[in-house]
Amino acid sequence: MADLFANLSLGFGIALSPFTLMLAVIGCFLGTIIGALPGLGPSNGVAILIPLTFTLGLDATAALVLMTSVYYGAMYGGRISSILLNIPGDEPALMTTLDGYPMAKNGQAGDALVISGVASFVGAFLATIGLMILAPMLSRVAYSFGPAEYFALYLLAFSTLGGISSNNQAKAALASCIGIGLAMIGLDNNSGMPRFTGGNLHLMDGIDFLVAIVGLFAIAEVFFFIESHGKDSALGVKLEKVTIPFRDLANSGWCMIRASGVGFIAGILPGAGASLGSFLAYMSEKAVAGKDGKFGTGVAKGVAAPEAGNNAAAGGALIPMLTLGVPGSGTTAVLLALLMTLNITPGPTLFTDRPDVVWGLIASLLIANIVLLLMNVPMVKIFVRILQVPPSVLIPGVTMVSFVGIYSLTGSYFDLVLMIGFGILGYICRKLDIPTVPIIMGILLGNAMENKLRDAMVLSGGDWTYLFSSAISTGLLIAAVLGFIAPMFLRRYITKPQRISD
Amino acid sequence: MIMSDRIFGLVVVLVALAFIASATQIQTSFLADPVGPKAFPILVGSVAAVCGVFMILRPDQEPEWPELRTLGALLVSVLVLVVYANLLNPLGFLIPTAFVAGILSYQINPRIGAAAIAGVGLSLGLFVVFNFILGLSLTGLPRVLFG
Repeated sequence: MADLFANLSLGFGIALSPFTLMLAVIGCFLGTIIGALPGLGPSNGVAILIPLTFTLGLDATAALVLMTSVYYGAMYGGRISSILLNIPGDEPALMTTLDGYPMAKNGQAGDALVISGVASFVGAFLATIGLMILAPMLSRVAYSFGPAEYFALYLLAFSTLGGISSNNQAKAALASCIGIGLAMIGLDNNSGMPRFTGGNLHLMDGIDFLVAIVGLFAIAEVFFFIESHGKDSALGVKLEKVTIPFRDLANSGWCMIRASGVGFIAGILPGAGASLGSFLAYMSEKAVAGKDGKFGTGVAKGVAAPEAGNNAAAGGALIPMLTLGVPGSGTTAVLLALLMTLNITPGPTLFTDRPDVVWGLIASLLIANIVLLLMNVPMVKIFVRILQVPPSVLIPGVTMVSFVGIYSLTGSYFDLVLMIGFGILGYICRKLDIPTVPIIMGILLGNAMENKLRDAMVLSGGDWTYLFSSAISTGLLIAAVLGFIAPMFLRRYITKPQRISD
Repeated sequence: MIMSDRIFGLVVVLVALAFIASATQIQTSFLADPVGPKAFPILVGSVAAVCGVFMILRPDQEPEWPELRTLGALLVSVLVLVVYANLLNPLGFLIPTAFVAGILSYQINPRIGAAAIAGVGLSLGLFVVFNFILGLSLTGLPRVLFG
């Protein structure tokens, strides 16, 4: 415990410097805007900002504080477009639309926004506390991880990625394979021989994951907007005066705390954590409330539960990302890309080698959370106004920011064209219901996964049974197989609520 | 008739086979480890091929593809973006950005006047933000002008 407070004071020493504090406030503000803009979810927003952050030449801690503030901010902002427009910014935010949008249509838009803002705060705050306590413990466990355990862990992450959030296991697995396959392009780490480059010099270094991320998320989104002509994003509900609904808040207090717990635990799972978090939080509160709870018709608890769960899962998802280097959601995958760009290797050693980074990050999460609550409850009307930016200005803007970001990062046209290619791939994949997050994870983790497998085989002299030599790795491998097969059977009993239409 | 998934599945199988074939051609060096540089790509390719076969055999419902005109708009956008990628360096930021942002804006909301304003506004606005607030050094105008 004494350790914890010493570490925290180190963290606050870094996070409370005027410059870092300013970055946190800017990040929160930008993040809320990005999250609130229809179609620009947290992953998109963080993705297009990474190249810019990098070219600004911020040091590791500053960059990380800025981007995690954007991440948390986007989680807060996402609820605004979920509730007012019925457009979830990303997969986990879908659950908030189920009761949030009906509430807004019933004329309770202001109440829904305040309740979800407070729920976001509760979820994110509890999860950050959990992160402070659990992450150092997990990092000690992670020290005992050898190559075999890491290989099993990566396999677990990939096999659970599809999980409940995908409708078709073959497509989820295929997406992982596409990502891992793309990661293979470039020089082989062990032998130094080129693989799959086709003699193209640009491909020798491999595919820059930022190019892939911005293409798959941001550029693909641009194509979707062109297809729909921005029709979906008209503001259909009115926001009258915003007051604080004390009774609803008091009534859903326990519900928020329970949902935070559920979301946090789900978020810790590598792979599909975050989307599972809001799903489980919503479903379990729906079950607790029973038929009289009227979930789905626009009740306060139906907004509070998924929003607390969603934000708690976002905090929980940082744990496997920081301690093991395995992200638990699309956005943490993007944050992992940021760490890798900054030359920080996440893993157990991060906590001992760079305590300034870890604890500065945790302290700034606590600060960001308070800033966000203050920003999002009284100032919600300002953000709502931003929703009225027409897509015909917003989307070209997003495209140009993406281009400039990638161009100033890599300075090559080849990468820009590659980014457009990834945009097309992302468009086709989303049309065919193939999830794109596993593609990103594959590109990020594919090489590490192969290297761990090969290291394990070097250690054992080529004996495949070595992969099952420890209890941890055997357990992880069994969990990987179960995690892949179970959803096929569960899908028959648990149907994922689909997006509601007017 | 459900075609999209089947066609995509077939493409996946073909690409996966090509990937595996190309993996067998990877040169190995004298620094050999028990697994080598070929095995993992072959494994990944095989899993992908199996997934492709599944998509052919058990396709999902047909997605809603855009009508032909919208598809044309998408194609135009892709071409414009590719051209933009190649013009960004020789012509500087301002002129290509104004045109491309305007064209994209027109694709989303077909009103020429509004699109032109959006294009020019975005080009100037982003240039100011990038160069003077974020401190990136973008070239604003065509390089030829400066010899």
